[in-house]
Amino acid sequence: MAHRELTAARLRAILGAGTRVGTAPDGVPRAVPESADACALVLRTATQEQWRVRIEGGARWSPPDAPADLVLTTAGLRRVTDVSATDLVATAEAGVPWSTLRRRLADHGAWVAHDLPGDERTLGSAVVTGTAGPLRAGFGALRDHILGITLVTGDGRIVQTGGRVVKNVAGYDLAKLMAGSFGAFGVVTSLHLRLRAVPRADMTLTATGTRDHLLDAAHAVLAAGRTPAAMELLSPRAGGTGSAGQWMLAVRMLGMESEVAAQRDAITQNAGLPFTPHGGADAADLWRRLLSGTGDDEVTLRLATLPEGLADALDLVAHHLDETVDDWISVTVPSGQIRWSGAAGAEDIALLRRNAAEREVPLTIERAPWPVRKRLGHFGAYRAGVGRLVDQLRRSFDPGRVLTVAVGAEQ
Amino acid sequence: MSVAAQILDAIAGIVGPRWVRRQRAELETYASDGLPTLHARPGAVVLPGHRDEVIRVVRVLAHHSVPFVARGAGTGLSGGALGESDTVVIALTRLSRILSIDPINRRAVVEPGVVNARLSQATAQYGLHYAPDPSSQTACTIGGNVAENAGGPHCLKYGVTTNHTLELEVVLPSGEVVRLGSPNGDQWGPDLVGLFVGSEGMFGIATEITVRLVPTPRAVCTLLAAFGSIRAAGEAVSAIIAAGIVPAALEMMDQNCIKAVESSIYRAGYPTDAAAVLLVELDGETATAVDEESAIVGDMLRTRGARSVKTAHEQADRDRLWQGRKKAFGALGRLGPDLVVQDAVVPRSALPDVLDDISRIGARYGLTVSNVFHAGDGNLHPNITFDRTDPEQRARVERASGEIMETCIAAGGTITGEHGVGSDKLRYMSSIFDAETLGAMRAVRRVFDPEERSNPGKVIPVHACREWSGAIRYDRGRTVAIETA
Repeated sequence: MAHRELTAARLRAILGAGTRVGTAPDGVPRAVPESADACALVLRTATQEQWRVRIEGGARWSPPDAPADLVLTTAGLRRVTDVSATDLVATAEAGVPWSTLRRRLADHGAWVAHDLPGDERTLGSAVVTGTAGPLRAGFGALRDHILGITLVTGDGRIVQTGGRVVKNVAGYDLAKLMAGSFGAFGVVTSLHLRLRAVPRADMTLTATGTRDHLLDAAHAVLAAGRTPAAMELLSPRAGGTGSAGQWMLAVRMLGMESEVAAQRDAITQNAGLPFTPHGGADAADLWRRLLSGTGDDEVTLRLATLPEGLADALDLVAHHLDETVDDWISVTVPSGQIRWSGAAGAEDIALLRRNAAEREVPLTIERAPWPVRKRLGHFGAYRAGVGRLVDQLRRSFDPGRVLTVAVGAEQ
Repeated sequence: MSVAAQILDAIAGIVGPRWVRRQRAELETYASDGLPTLHARPGAVVLPGHRDEVIRVVRVLAHHSVPFVARGAGTGLSGGALGESDTVVIALTRLSRILSIDPINRRAVVEPGVVNARLSQATAQYGLHYAPDPSSQTACTIGGNVAENAGGPHCLKYGVTTNHTLELEVVLPSGEVVRLGSPNGDQWGPDLVGLFVGSEGMFGIATEITVRLVPTPRAVCTLLAAFGSIRAAGEAVSAIIAAGIVPAALEMMDQNCIKAVESSIYRAGYPTDAAAVLLVELDGETATAVDEESAIVGDMLRTRGARSVKTAHEQADRDRLWQGRKKAFGALGRLGPDLVVQDAVVPRSALPDVLDDISRIGARYGLTVSNVFHAGDGNLHPNITFDRTDPEQRARVERASGEIMETCIAAGGTITGEHGVGSDKLRYMSSIFDAETLGAMRAVRRVFDPEERSNPGKVIPVHACREWSGAIRYDRGRTVAIETA
C-alpha cells in the first residue's frame, strides 16, 4: 500500500499541469497522460511513492477492477501519428480504438491483417492481451504485425525497440515479450505496425452441421495442404445458427481474384460441405458479428492445442464449463486455438486448467473479474524454471512491483 | 588468458577427447565466420554429440565461470559466433538429427545442428517445407537461424525465423534446462520464445527446436525483369506491393552483381547490360491462378519501365533463374580476394535514393560495391570487394561500411535485417537505440545470464547503457573496466 492515501488533488499537485487527472468509477484517482514522457513521470512517481497502478485502455474488454492506488489510462494517447501507404507501415498510440485505426488505414487502401474480438477495444488492449481473431490462421498473431514498440516500464523508463521497417534484428526483440504480457512489464504507449494492401478479392464460405463433422471437414482442408486466411469453427451461439447442436464452419479466402477462386474450388472439394458463399457487405457483416458477440460475457479463456487435438480439448471445455454447449466458442482450426466466453467460477476454471495442462494444453485467462485473475493468474502454472525467469523479467522492468497484473497463479 | 587444461580435460571426459579441439591450427577453423574482417581464436572448441553432453559441458563451464559461444555452421555474417582466447566455442554441428516430423499438425522437432535445407528436403514427401531460406541454407543450421532470427528471399510472404519457431528446449548459461513456448498456438506465459529468437546466443543454447512447417505451393512462377535504372526497378517493387500483391519473393540485383554472376559458373542468363534485374516469384493454388497473377505483375513491371520480362514456369527454368541469385555471393567472391556482405533495412520507398547514395559512397572510397538484396522487404545487402591483407583498403572498407549504415539509419532504416549485430554492428547500436533501451536489453540478458558468459561482448555496447555509462568501456569485442580515480 501507499504511504499516504492518494487523492486526485494530491496526484494533480505531483504531476503538474502536463497530465490530466480525474477519478475512476471506483473512486481511484486516474491519470490521463498524453505522451510517453508523461506516462514515465506517472510511473516513476508511483515507484517512488509505492503506489499500486492499474493500467487501463478503453475499459471495455478487461474489467477495470484490479485494486490500485492510481489508474493510468491510455485514453490520452489517441493519435494515429503516421500512415505510409507506400511503405505499408503505420505508427499509432496505444489508446487508439481499433475501429478508428481500421478506418484510417482503409482510407489509404491498407489494413493490419488481424481481426480483433470485442467491441471498442484499443490497440494497446489488443497487444497486451494477445487477443487474436480468425485471421490468425492465415496471418499469425498480432505479435507478427508489430514492427516496433514504445514501452514505459513499471519504474518509468522509456524503452523503444524495433523500428519502422519490415525486417529488423537489431537488438533483442522486446516487442515480442510485451505482446500478450497483460501489461506485466509496463505500459505500451505506441506501436509501429506492419500493414498490407487491402486484398483485391475477399470471399467467405459457411456451412453448418455437427461439431465433429465440421471439424473433420476442416481437417481435410488442412490435410490437403491448404491454409485459408481464416477457417473458424463456431458454436451454435457464436455462429448464430439458431439450432442446438448446429455449429458453423466459416472459411475466408483473401488475395488476387484468380487465386481466391481457385482456393474456393479446392476447399469446397476438400471439405465436401454444401457451402454458402458470402461476399462484400454480407461477408463483412458476418465476420463483424462473429467478432463483436463476446462483449457481454464476463470471462474469456483461450486454450491452445495442436489442430489434431481440438476435439478432445473441446470435449474438455464442455465437460468443465459448458455441458449444454450454449456458450460462445470460436475455434481457429489451423492454429489450434479455442476461445471460450461465458460465465465461469474460479473453481471450474482451475479444474479445467489442471486437466488441460495434463494434456499439454495451456489455458490463458484473457479476461475475468479480478478475484479470478488474482487467484488463477492469466497464465497460471508455468513449466519448470520459466516462472523464475518471468518473475525476474518483471523485476527488471517493474522493480517496485507497482503494476497490479496477475500474471501467475496466487501462491 | 586461456582456458585451463583441467577444465578442458573435464569436458573431454564428457564428450570424448577427439571432440575437444585445443591446437592452434585446429582452432583457426573457428576463428572467423562468414565475415572476413573479424578474427578471434577461441581458447578451445567442443563438439558435443548429444543434448545431454551440451548440458553437462555448460555445467562444467558454469562451475568454473568460463565464457562460451554456441556456434552452428559458422556461416554468420556479423562476427556473432566468435570467441576470444578465454572462451570455449560449443559447436553444435553434431546435433544434426531431425527428431520428429508431424505432417498432420505441420510441425517438426529438430536438433540445433540440422542444416536448414535438409529439413525441407525431409518434409517434402508430405508436401510441406520450412519457410525461412537464408542464402546459406545448404550449410547454415536451424540453431544458428534461431540465434540470428534468420530470413531469406521467401520471408517476404512467409515470415522470418521468429514466425516459425514454436518451442525451444534451452540450456541456460547456469546449466539449468528450461522449455520455452509450446508446440501449440499459445504459450504457457509471456512470449519467451519470441524473446529468445534473435538473441544471438546470449541467453543460452537451444538444444531442441520445434518449428512450424508450411504447405509447399502447388504452382509457382518466376519472373525476371530487366531495368535500365535501379530507380525504376525500385519503383516497380513499391508498385507491386502497394497493389495488394504479395509475391513469395521479390529480389533485386544491380549491374555489378549481374556481371559477376554471368561471368561465373552460376550463369543464369541475366542481361549484363541491365542496370538492375528484379526476380519476382509468385505462388498459389493452381497454375491458372498463378499465370493470371504473373500476367498482371508482368504488365506492372513493363509499365514501370522494365525493358524485358522473362517468365519461367518449369522447375528447371526457375532453378536457373534462382541459381544466379542464390549463388550471387559466391560469384561476387571472384571479384576480389575478400568480400564484406553488409546488411541493412530501409523503408521500401527510400530504396532508390539509398542505392544512389551507396553507389556514391563506394565511388568516393574507390571501392566496388555490388548490391543483391531482398527488395520487397527493403533489406539491402551491399557487398564490398577488397583485399584484407591491405590495411589501407581495409580501413576504407570500414569507413565506407560506416557511412552506408549512417545513410540507412538517416533514411529511417535499421542496421541489420537478418544477419544480426554480433561484433560487427556493435558500434552502430547506440545510433538507433538510446541508453535507456540498451540498458533494458542488457537487464533482460542478465535475467537469462547473470554473469554474461554466454556469447560475451556481442549485441549490446555495454558502455552505452545508461546505468553503466562511463563505468566501463568497450574495446574490440572485450569489456574492459575503466579505473576510476
